[in-house]
Amino acid sequence: MWWSLVLRPQLVCSPHKRNANMAQIFHRSSNFVARATLVLALSAGGLALAVIGGLARSPYLTNQNVARQQPVQFSHKHHAGDVGIDCRYCHTSVESSAVAGLPPTKTCMNCHSVLFSNAGYLEPVRESFRTGQSIAWVKVHRLPDFVYFNHSIHINKGVGCASCHGPVNQMPLLWQASPLLMSWCLDCHRNPEPNLRPKSEIFNMDWKAPANQAELGKKLAAEYKLRTTAELISCSTCHR
Amino acid sequence: MSSTPKNPPPLRRLAPVLEPGHTYASVTDKISAIVLTRPAGIAWFLGISLGFGLVMILGMALAYLIAKGTGIWGINIPVGWGFAIVNFVWWIGIGHAGTLISAILLLLNQKWRTSINRFAEAMTLFAVACAGIFPLIHTGRPWYAFWMFPYPSAMGIWPQFRSPLIWDVFAVSTYGTVSLLFWFVGLLPDLATLRDRSKSRAGQMIYGILAMGWRGSARHWHRYQSAYLLLAGLATPLVVSVHTVVSFDFAVAIVPGWHTTIFPPYFVAGAIYSGFAMVLTIAIPLRKFYGLEDFITMRHLENMAKVMLATGLVVAYGYMMEFFMGFYGGNKYDTFLAWNRLHGPYAPFYWSLILCNIVIPQLLWFHRIRTNVVVLFLLSLVVNVGMWLERFVIVVLSLHRDYMPSAWGRYSPTVWDWATYAGTIGLFVTLIFLFVRALPVISIAEMRELVAHTSEEKP
Repeated sequence: MWWSLVLRPQLVCSPHKRNANMAQIFHRSSNFVARATLVLALSAGGLALAVIGGLARSPYLTNQNVARQQPVQFSHKHHAGDVGIDCRYCHTSVESSAVAGLPPTKTCMNCHSVLFSNAGYLEPVRESFRTGQSIAWVKVHRLPDFVYFNHSIHINKGVGCASCHGPVNQMPLLWQASPLLMSWCLDCHRNPEPNLRPKSEIFNMDWKAPANQAELGKKLAAEYKLRTTAELISCSTCHR
Repeated sequence: MSSTPKNPPPLRRLAPVLEPGHTYASVTDKISAIVLTRPAGIAWFLGISLGFGLVMILGMALAYLIAKGTGIWGINIPVGWGFAIVNFVWWIGIGHAGTLISAILLLLNQKWRTSINRFAEAMTLFAVACAGIFPLIHTGRPWYAFWMFPYPSAMGIWPQFRSPLIWDVFAVSTYGTVSLLFWFVGLLPDLATLRDRSKSRAGQMIYGILAMGWRGSARHWHRYQSAYLLLAGLATPLVVSVHTVVSFDFAVAIVPGWHTTIFPPYFVAGAIYSGFAMVLTIAIPLRKFYGLEDFITMRHLENMAKVMLATGLVVAYGYMMEFFMGFYGGNKYDTFLAWNRLHGPYAPFYWSLILCNIVIPQLLWFHRIRTNVVVLFLLSLVVNVGMWLERFVIVVLSLHRDYMPSAWGRYSPTVWDWATYAGTIGLFVTLIFLFVRALPVISIAEMRELVAHTSEEKP
């Protein structure tokens, strides 16, 4: 085979076969090696680019769909899904501020001073309450520092929590449902209408876009006075 | 010619493009010997040591730049473009002679291009390599440079196609690629010659692989010549386009001194001017040290001097027009710019520029100067310096005092600016020295053709 030429170069250049003038420097199969090298180099380059491009979009780098361990066994599925607590009970500033806000331990204790008050797995919560030391929750949705993301504008312009965060009411441990790539942001900023919902449905985890969403989206966009696409995708809308 | 009457002054006989008495074998022997048989010599080692020492300085300057950022340079507001852009434009301009000689002169059937095209093309490639470093590092975060290429990115956006920076990427990379292809295709028959003449197994293998199976059959020559001509056609518009695009870096901005429609042609002329100066700077020592006077004759040197004179005059016209427009246009900022060049803090640079680029090169009108090798060499250095000063004047003088006096400032390069600049010169020198010892500096195949032609037209 051709690779034996690489392993045994004497096949390519065999000095004992040479005579004064008309010696062959290369074995005949070198032609094949040369062509194979070209094909392999091109396909290796293409493959490398495909791998890099795929890797950049993969959960390995975006952390999409990776459930995170937290210092407390907190389940969004239990609280938001089974019990049916509104998102805003804990994330109080989501309608009025850039950040949705993490609840203080006191919010937990509103219920857990009475419910499951002796449960072992809630000890970190009680300890935090006793000592005044905040629970070190692990941040699941990390945006780069140069992105000035604002929760309130999205909530007030008709983007539901689940549009970005996914079915949080079905997540025992929270995971990042969206890739959070810039292209993902821009997909919606370029064409927000499919993701708009009525004010009343913003916090509804189970809302499904109706059949007439195309029509509804257009109507809602006018109602919410959405900026033009050019403004929505302008650099300084998100980067300052 | 034999019956020329006595009354008119005798026509000066042009020096030949190839000294008489050469055969196919002597041409091949002489050129391939530089690579294959002649020892390198102490001068070569000294030269490459100097060049490589400067490359090490370049490495240090770049490493420190990447660690610390562009703050190590002298740039600041208002002069945000300093040495990086000055040197970029200077190098890319130098690179222009190669394509002009190889492509345009080939299509115009100028036989005298034959002995200078090979090393002029090599010089082009090395100059483009030096030039390419600067736009990359001037961005401050060179590791994001791939953002300038249009690829399907995870950011969901394309590069800003309205930005001259992106035009530069396309112009320079196209130029580099086509120049490299042109050079390599031209080298093929010579690589085969070196393969066949090489005594060492390594030489046979390396030149053999590079020669890509060239056997010199009629079919090979036929395809080779089609490919070469096609590439020449492809490269021809690039001679004009690259420096036009580089001039757009300035001309599309509204800074007084940059926002001028004359920039593209004036930049192209300046590029060819500096390119030919650099070809002379290399050709004169080259023919001296390797005894190539028979191949690179006075005819070549004189022709190059004439191209320099012509393009130098175009450049002078450009300067004149800038002044004319400064006053005729009546824009007070343009008028001030003209005044500032003559009398401002950087006036010595401007006057040196006029001296180097316009006044001194007028000596080239004289036949005796054009045929004096030493003076020609010095003149080529003067033009190299002058063209560097031109870019300094364009970049720094325009930026340092633009509109509001409250926003004026000064620029002076730091030691790192100088280190980077000197480093690229070292890189250039190193590559030239390696090239001289590794590849035939003159196209052997084309010289053989020239032998055939010149023996036919014997008087």
